[in-house]
Parts: sequence; C-alpha cells; structure tokens
Amino acid sequence: MKITLHVWRQKDANSQGGMKPYEVDGVSKDMSFLEMLDMLNEQLIVQGKEPIAFDHDCREGICGTCSLMINGVAHGPDGSTTTCQLHMRSFKDGDAIHIEPWRSRAFPVVRDLVVDRSSFDRIIQAGGYISINAGNAQDANNLPIAKHSSDLSMDAAACIGCGACVASCPNGSAMLFVAAKIGHLAHVPQGQPERAKRARNMVAQMDAEGFGACSNHYECEAVCPKDIPVNFISEMNKDFMKASLCGDS
Amino acid sequence: MSLGNTLKSSIGAKVLMAVTGILLILFVIGHMLGNLQVFLGPEKLNSYAQTLQDLGPLLWVIRIGLLAILLLHIYAAITVVKMSKAARPVDYQQRKDLATSFAARTMLVSGLLLVVFIVFHILHFTVGAIDLAGSTGFETEDGHKDVYSMVVVGFQHMPTTAIYILGMLILCLHLSHGVSSLMQTLGFRNASNASTIDKVGPAFGVFIFVGNVSMPLAAITGIIS
Ligand code: HEM
Ligand code: SF4
Ligand code: FES
Repeated sequence: MKITLHVWRQKDANSQGGMKPYEVDGVSKDMSFLEMLDMLNEQLIVQGKEPIAFDHDCREGICGTCSLMINGVAHGPDGSTTTCQLHMRSFKDGDAIHIEPWRSRAFPVVRDLVVDRSSFDRIIQAGGYISINAGNAQDANNLPIAKHSSDLSMDAAACIGCGACVASCPNGSAMLFVAAKIGHLAHVPQGQPERAKRARNMVAQMDAEGFGACSNHYECEAVCPKDIPVNFISEMNKDFMKASLCGDS
Repeated sequence: MSLGNTLKSSIGAKVLMAVTGILLILFVIGHMLGNLQVFLGPEKLNSYAQTLQDLGPLLWVIRIGLLAILLLHIYAAITVVKMSKAARPVDYQQRKDLATSFAARTMLVSGLLLVVFIVFHILHFTVGAIDLAGSTGFETEDGHKDVYSMVVVGFQHMPTTAIYILGMLILCLHLSHGVSSLMQTLGFRNASNASTIDKVGPAFGVFIFVGNVSMPLAAITGIIS
C-alpha cells in the first residue's frame, strides 16, 4: 500500500511546529501502525533527515506509552485499541493519515509527537495509592470482597494511563483517568481508610495541572483503549463532594 | 476545603451547575403547569395569576431567589467553560467527535440564547414593555389583570408565537443534554441505569417543549379564544 502521512513536526518544546507531508510506499497490511512509522523513520535516517519522534514501549497494548491522534481520533479508528495494536489493515491504499500529538496544556509537546505526561504521575502522587505496607500476598479469601466490587475495581484498574481520554475530550479534561484511579481503590476494603482524602487531593491536583472540567460529552469513553466507563466519573463526583463537604475521613 | 474553593473546583462547579439547574427545572415545570390552566378557562387562569400577585412581598423573594439561582448557574457555566478553554491552548488540526451530541456541544450558546429569551419574555408578559400584539392592559370585570386575554391575544399574533416556539426549542435543546448530564454530575449514573438516564434528558426536553408550545398553538388555531 501507498500511504500519505501528514505528521506534526516540532523540534522541541519551545519551537513552533507544523504539519509535514510524507509519502510511505510498500506498507504491508500486516504492519502495525508503529512499524509503518519505524519504516518511514529508517528511510528518513538513510536520507539524512531527522526521524519522527513518537512514544512507545511495550507495543502490546499494556503500558500506555503510545499516544497518537490519528485522523482526529485518539489511538486511531479501531476502538478499544492502543496505537501500538492498530494495524495497517485498518487503512486502504492511497489513504491520507493525519498524525498529531495529544493536545493539552498539561501535556506539553516535548518533540514531534511526544508529549510529557508527568502531570498524570503527579496526580497519582497526590493520592493514587494506599499508605499501609500491604505485606506478603495473603491467603486467598482471607479478606472477603464481593464479586461485584472486585469486578468494578478490576474494570477501573484496567486503565493504562495513556491519556487518550484527555486528548479526545473537547474540554481537555482528565476526569476519566482520575476517576479510574480513584475507582479501583474505592471498590476494595484496602482503599477505604483514605478514600475521602484521596478523592479530594487527586481532584485538586488534576485541577492544579490545568486539565479542563467535564461537560459529559463522553468522548473519553469512546476512545479509551481499555473501555473504562464514564460511570466511574459519576462515582468520583460523589466521592469528591462527600469528601469536600463532610471533611476528612 | 472551604465551600467557596469546592465550588470553584472542576467538579464543584459542575455540581453547582447541576443543583441550580435542578432548581431552574423545578421552576420550569411549575411555570408550565400553572400556565396550562389556560385550557381550564379564563376563571381558573386568572385566579391562579391573582393568587401569585397576592403573594405580595413573597413574590419578590421568589423572583430575586430565581434570579440569584440563574446567576449562580451562569457563574458555574463560565467557570467550567473557562477551565476547559484554557486546558487546550493549541488546538488540533483535526479532532473527530465520536460520542457527544449537538445539544451537548451547544450548551453555552443555548444557555445564552435562553437569557435573551427570558429577558424578552419578562419584558413581554410581566412588564408589558414589549407589546407586539396589543395584548396588555386587559382587565377582568372585577378590575384585576386579565391574564387569560393577554395570553390568548398575545399568542394569536404569529410573530410572537414564532418567537416563543423558537425559545422553547432552545430550552428543549438545553434540557435534553442538561437533565441527563446532571444525573451523571451528581453521581446517580451507573452501569445499570446509564442508557435510561441518557434518554431521560431528551424525553424531558420534548415534554417541556410540547407542554409549553401547546399554548401558543392553541391560541393561533383558535382552540382557546
Ligand atoms: C431555564 C433556565 C435553565 C435551565 C433549566 C438550565 C438547566 C441546566 C442543566 C440541568 C444543566 C446540566 C448541569 C450538569 O451537567 O450537571 C445545565 C448546564 C449548562 N447550562 Fe443551563 N439552564 C438554564 C439556563 C442557562 C443559562 C441562562 C445559561 C447561560 C450561560 C446556561 C448555561 C449552561 C451551560 C454552559 C451548561 C453546561 C456546562 C457544561 O457542562 O459544560 N444555562 N443547565
Ligand atoms: S481512562 Fe482509558 S483513555 Fe484515559 S488514561 Fe486510562 S486507559 Fe487511557
Ligand atoms: S506501546 Fe505500550 S500500550 Fe502501546
């Protein structure tokens, strides 16, 4: 296949960037999207040009490092898929593909398609943990947890922190990420002692980082590669209001 | 966290908008039910109007309360919109919407148009400063304001009716996202009720639209006269 790419190129955080066109020939349907970019980069290197910088790590959909806005959709057209798990069979010969970095005040562009997502780390540092030393793994069923609760906790815990929710949100809001991180602890007993403090501090950090507010467009849910449901945002709202109005727990 | 800071936070502003939204919705429902008495004849509607007038100072408390609620709602809306605009200083060349609705994307516009409509509506029927149809100044036999004639004559005027239908379309649009949205904001939406909640807003919007628009339509078509 022959593909035309339009890629955001930006030298560093302080430079002006812009879209640049690239023709990529000999793309196989079996290539992953990132392999297609690898191939282009090898050609650019041979030509003595700067390769395109983009984030990736595991390439198996579990680490949350890959992050591309592909034709206006975070992680591309497939749904429930990270960019690294997207394959070129989702495109046709002759297609033009626009690739941009995540756009958010809290995710500054470092270079080309790479953004700095350490704002997510700071939100986790503000309360996305439990403070006790959990010790060794306990015997199974030592701590009974209802199936329904553990299921909800595991659903929320599937979040890989990629930031696609922020990227796709018309408001640049990080609510789905933060709600997932609050939600996976809110449904297990270990998360209870610090539940109120966690909600308050993580939301405060989210606001301080400059993420937007939620208008319930639900674009985040539509692009989340792990299908985190927006219901967790509803739960977080409740936890946050309880914590703010009723004081510490 | 103090209440003031809470209400300025991303979630607090939304909750303030939802709570004031609920109060405004209660008003919208009460206002509609009260006015629908136009179908019960002049006596019923006029005595309802007189009951409201007789509230005296209490009526002003209600009016100022409503205004304060509306202003808080607008304040919260501005907080949310400002945060969200600032959150993406460099926009995309391309971003596709996959899930949102026209109503959700136009909440600020529909809200601001509602302000315009509310001002017009008050100047028209409450103050009487705008009198397109020559519908003010009617009195009942016992010397009270004849609201029934005001409504019927006012709405027999095509341009007036058109403005009200347009106003109700905008309200319907605002509520169709707003009502579903507030349930998510206030934490009531979950996996089992989500699809119902997402339908409640549009259904409620249509309910208010049909109820309110029935009155000008009835006047124009001569069902009430
Ligand atoms: C009859 C009057 C009104 C009613 C019943 C009403 C009701 C509502 C409701 C229920 C919501 C949803 C709250 C939530 O998502 O939690 C809402 C949102 C909103 N309202 Fe109103 N509203 C009214 C007037 C206005 C006015 C005059 C404005 C003017 C600026 C306005 C601006 C907004 C905006 C911008 C939002 C959405 C903000 C967002 O989520 O991004 N509304 N309204
Ligand atoms: S909620 Fe989904 S889209 Fe957002 S960071 Fe987590 S995995 Fe990515
Ligand atoms: S590179 Fe790890 S999820 Fe895509």
